[in-house]
Amino acid sequence: MTRNRIQWGVLDFVVVAFALIPVLWLVSLSLKTPATIADGGFIPTEWTFDNYVNVFTDGGFLRPLVNSIGIAGLATLIAIVLGTFAAYAIARLNFPGRSIMLGAALLVAMFPQVSLVTPLFNIERALGLFNTWPGLILPYVTFALPLTIYTMSTFFREIPWELEKAAKMDGASSFQAFRKVIVPLATPGVVTAAVLAFIQSWNDFLFAISLTSTERSRTAPAAISYFTGSSQFEDPTGSVSAAAVIVTIPIVIFVLIFQRRIVSGLTAGAVKG
Amino acid sequence: MSTDVKAAERRLGLWLCAPAAIFMILVAGWPILYSIWLSFNRYDLRFPQDQQWVGLENYQTVLTNEFWWTAFGVTVLITVVSVAIELVLGMGLAIVMHRTLVGRGLIRTVVLIPYGIVTVVAAFGWFYAWTPGTGWLAALLPDGSAPLTQQWPAILIIIGAEVWKTTPFMALLLLAGLALVPDELSRAAAMDGAGRWKRFVSITLPLMRPAIAVALLFRTLDAFRIYDNIYILTNGAQNTGSVSIITYTNLVSGLNLGIGSTMSVLIFITVAIIAFIFVTVFKTGTPGTEGRR
Repeated sequence: MTRNRIQWGVLDFVVVAFALIPVLWLVSLSLKTPATIADGGFIPTEWTFDNYVNVFTDGGFLRPLVNSIGIAGLATLIAIVLGTFAAYAIARLNFPGRSIMLGAALLVAMFPQVSLVTPLFNIERALGLFNTWPGLILPYVTFALPLTIYTMSTFFREIPWELEKAAKMDGASSFQAFRKVIVPLATPGVVTAAVLAFIQSWNDFLFAISLTSTERSRTAPAAISYFTGSSQFEDPTGSVSAAAVIVTIPIVIFVLIFQRRIVSGLTAGAVKG
Repeated sequence: MSTDVKAAERRLGLWLCAPAAIFMILVAGWPILYSIWLSFNRYDLRFPQDQQWVGLENYQTVLTNEFWWTAFGVTVLITVVSVAIELVLGMGLAIVMHRTLVGRGLIRTVVLIPYGIVTVVAAFGWFYAWTPGTGWLAALLPDGSAPLTQQWPAILIIIGAEVWKTTPFMALLLLAGLALVPDELSRAAAMDGAGRWKRFVSITLPLMRPAIAVALLFRTLDAFRIYDNIYILTNGAQNTGSVSIITYTNLVSGLNLGIGSTMSVLIFITVAIIAFIFVTVFKTGTPGTEGRR
């Protein structure tokens, strides 16, 4: 038994190291001074927080960060509202086109995003959506929808039918029964789907660099890839690392808080769907 | 009354699905049709007045171009190798998460970090780690080596970055499959004298077949559209570009919508073929396929 425990302990340690070393490396880089940034060491010899100050003062990272929060947040909100409607219908109602809807969602989930870049680039330029918030929100909502529909319809299926029937018996309409009985019960599922949708939108890079051209709507991941340092002689490594750590913080917080739900959401959405 | 209720239910169902459906049609359906139409046109934004229907000319241009085939080969290679490694690593990770005695919650939380982290951010981590002088991994290599400037080492690094980022996702899907395998079966087999490996191959794997199939399909399609990692690590230099990278380059740097659309359509067709193969192969059933991987 003791041997067994040690064996698993070693394996656990390997897993934790595998997951964390690349992240810790970025944290380490972001804390190095300009003089020591190229020393190649895993642990900084001289510590500084200047890189974090610099990305906001000289780097102009604030605007992309605000864009990222706004765009990913709004996209998540819209996807959740629309996804909740569709998932409820798919899980609870009998209507023609239910399987078409699920098939369409699966198709969009498997869609190669790059296939949309060319047409969207041109369509958005023609419609004046290029380099605007809605220009990114639209594709983000579309790609978050399959995930939210699959995750939430799995959750909805597990909610007891009888409660809704009872509410209707007491005189509630279908919509009232949905809003007052099902929605509160489904909140954990909604939160799960929201976290997954937010992570997905927050992560996007391809649309972010193809459909934006200036600070006006460029998101954080795209902005990081354009960092050049405050002067042409300066190496951007420190700023990139600091900005990279900053965009990682919300994800780490989400993972810490919603760990169980993320796991159940991902596996439910993918395997049972 | 029941027909009324049914009709009302049907109407409500359609109304509730409509907004999501409209989004998917407008943002995914319409552009892909437009893309197909564009792919039959000569359409270069630098010479917009030259837009003209050219039939299959773009397809001929792309399909006889060695850059396209190099990128296609690189994409297939990265997809096959990284998904294969992920399947093995992900299975190991799933078993550790399923069976571990110490700190299970901690393990599951930590494993989710690579899944959640922004790909571009992770890619920068790997980029700096392999940059000579700056990087701790580059420091382990012989002096004077610059792996990211050579084709094969760079492709290996791209595969490594992809594997790190997406193995947790694979592991979670496999973990869900593992949870469906009843413990009694395994215990009964142990009673009959089957060793660990034998039990894994002849009981666990066959029962996990559906989960493995889904995980492989999702990851293969996802790996095939690899973009972020390559963009940061090499930006496609030294023939390390994927099909997504060269499509993007043709569009944004080249402003060539005709060729860009043609590549988009070809990628779309390839993805459809991959999905079709998966669905038919795993439905018709080829016992033992999973075990050999």
